[in-house]
Amino acid sequence: MGNWVVNEGLSILVILVWLGINIFLFVYYYIVYLDERFYYTRVLVGDALSWARAPAACLNFNCMLILLPVCRNLLSFLRGSCQCCSRNITRQLDRNITFHKLVAYMIAFHTAIHIIAHLFNFERFMDAQLEQNETIAYVLSQIGNGDNRPYLNPIRTNETNPTFVAFTTIAGLSGVASTLALILIITSSMEVIRRSYFEVFWFTHHLFVIFFIGLVIHGVGEIVRGQTASSVLTNKPSNCAAQYKDWGKVPDCPIPQFTGNPPMTWKWVIGPMVLYVFERLVRFWRSKQKVVITKVVTHPSKTLELQMKKKGFKMEVGQYVNLQCPSVSQLEWHPFTLTSAPEEDHFSVHIRIVGDWTQQLFEACGGEKKEFQEAWKLPKMAVDGPFGTASEDVFRYEVVMLVGAGIGVTPFASVLKSVWYRYFNNDTGLIPKKIYFYWLCRETNAFEWFADLLQSLETQMLEKGNADFLSYRIYLTGWDEAQAAHFTVHHEEENDPITGLKQKTLYGRPNWENEFKTIAGNHPGARIGVFLCGPEVLAKSLSKQSINHSDADPRGVHFIFNKENF
Amino acid sequence: MGQIEWAMWANEQALAAGLILLTGGVVGVAGQFKDWQFAAYGVAAGVFICLLEYPRGKRKKGTSIERTGQRYLTVCVKAFGPLTRNYYVRAGLHAVLSVPGGFMLPTVLGCVCVAIASLIYLLAAIRGEQWEPIMPRVESKERPGQSMKEPPTNPPPRPPAELRRKRQEDAAYVNPIPISVNSV
Repeated sequence: MGNWVVNEGLSILVILVWLGINIFLFVYYYIVYLDERFYYTRVLVGDALSWARAPAACLNFNCMLILLPVCRNLLSFLRGSCQCCSRNITRQLDRNITFHKLVAYMIAFHTAIHIIAHLFNFERFMDAQLEQNETIAYVLSQIGNGDNRPYLNPIRTNETNPTFVAFTTIAGLSGVASTLALILIITSSMEVIRRSYFEVFWFTHHLFVIFFIGLVIHGVGEIVRGQTASSVLTNKPSNCAAQYKDWGKVPDCPIPQFTGNPPMTWKWVIGPMVLYVFERLVRFWRSKQKVVITKVVTHPSKTLELQMKKKGFKMEVGQYVNLQCPSVSQLEWHPFTLTSAPEEDHFSVHIRIVGDWTQQLFEACGGEKKEFQEAWKLPKMAVDGPFGTASEDVFRYEVVMLVGAGIGVTPFASVLKSVWYRYFNNDTGLIPKKIYFYWLCRETNAFEWFADLLQSLETQMLEKGNADFLSYRIYLTGWDEAQAAHFTVHHEEENDPITGLKQKTLYGRPNWENEFKTIAGNHPGARIGVFLCGPEVLAKSLSKQSINHSDADPRGVHFIFNKENF
Repeated sequence: MGQIEWAMWANEQALAAGLILLTGGVVGVAGQFKDWQFAAYGVAAGVFICLLEYPRGKRKKGTSIERTGQRYLTVCVKAFGPLTRNYYVRAGLHAVLSVPGGFMLPTVLGCVCVAIASLIYLLAAIRGEQWEPIMPRVESKERPGQSMKEPPTNPPPRPPAELRRKRQEDAAYVNPIPISVNSV
């Protein structure tokens, strides 16, 4: 039975409200420019005026929103203070990057409409200025030429062209600069570039500074012009438009007075800009606090473990930090999940060596060297965080399913360690009554650094006589002939030949349909948290399973899916 | 930033630039702007650039992800040999293609974007990158070797059938077909 509303309802509501506000702003500002005040402007440019101003309003709204989801510290703070709120609300804060992307797409969309409309505006203003005969367009464009009146047509001479005007007005120049920045940001944020060449993405993304500066000064020239309110009373367009040849000569129709719209964008974006500046300051201040590397461990499968200490560092399970190593790169910060438990006296991260930065960090920490490194030789590190992600919620469910793929097991390392400590301390506040843990891995040597933890947990639980508390399964998703031979020979032994654990390693991928069915059967009526740190494909599969196996009945079993995202 | 293949970003930028040039051209022609001939050029150049840039090249390191349906264009682009393989040629081509776009407002943005793509391609060329086509994987025909004409006379060492049965507690799934002595 599907219960999609439980899992996705609030997110869909947020998106619908956001879309609704966009549509409202678009239509509202389209109509504003149909007003009498803009009659004469529309004589020159027609509907293109409204088509340019409506997306402009939407752009104001979306540019206000885009900075908010990336204020990590603010979000962590909200999350922390939201502990008393329902789990549903905190889950929305996990989807911040998704929302950031949606808003970005909307900005790109409205920018396109805005630019195309303005192309028509410029062309039509130019046409009006090039008029030879005494049409109303000609008369309107002449206002301001040598008569000390405020002009209507921003193109003041017929000896120019739209391209030249675009590049010599503040609005045109700032518009072009902002749009170029936006295009570069978007092309470097494509998934292909982001996943493989993170630095290009990260550095190019800082062009948003140019984008926002251009955005704020875009309206300073006040080139969107309309009649003043008082002028509309004396020169009513519905009466006087036809008598344009006699303006000023007839008492009913004096020459109309024009004025420009003052810049409005800054009012929309100043708040989030200040918040974002504050966010970067917080990150900077936190990074300046002294961090000491206390232990470096190199694991097989190209994994580096760093244990560190920092004064006043407090963490929750499954949080992540941003690390910077100034000796490797002054400008780069990279996120890593914390693999230690809050109960320990240090904090640790496990880093897979995949690119430039991680390789250089490995060498800087003496990973290549075999002999013992003196503590002072280890590089200085800067740490920003910790920031909260989905795994914090693990202890708020009675039953949890934890699924980690490969290196995605790291947040759950933290969870399981914390569980071990709480068990050890007979913590009665421990809410989860049952934990199902799934680890999917491609190669056997990846087990090594985690196997120790699982072994101690296994022993612990046997001692306490509560072997049922934690049920874990390890799946080896890639294996070859030689390994297969080894397994068959050792099939009957008590301990698993790979991990040395009592629980045997399983081969291939789990049958999620069956797993969910069994767990639903074991815990009717419970709210079961499903936590995944792994690839998108698996996320889709688990999300579907969670929805399918949740009861429509509110008293029945519910699977609530949470995904980490980096 | 040692591992970056600039051509990957240049390709994204060029494709986007082609679309922008095309859109600007369409606006200029449909709106019957002055100097619409440059807009018409923008449409043609935009389409050409999109077709040229649509097939992604093969990455030197890592898996190359194709764009949907790029296989047919890959064949066309590959046919031009060194003209499309060499990024200096592409950089020059884009630089030249961008120029006429600068003469009219609707195509100006496309012009600048194509010029930027040209610069990134120049950077890629300087770093010695090349466009390699992503070819479909050839499935080699599996032919049994000569020695496999006869069935094996001696069975391989295996524990007896009772011990080969999977233990129920371990199984992640239940086999729909029950295992018998003859199943492998």
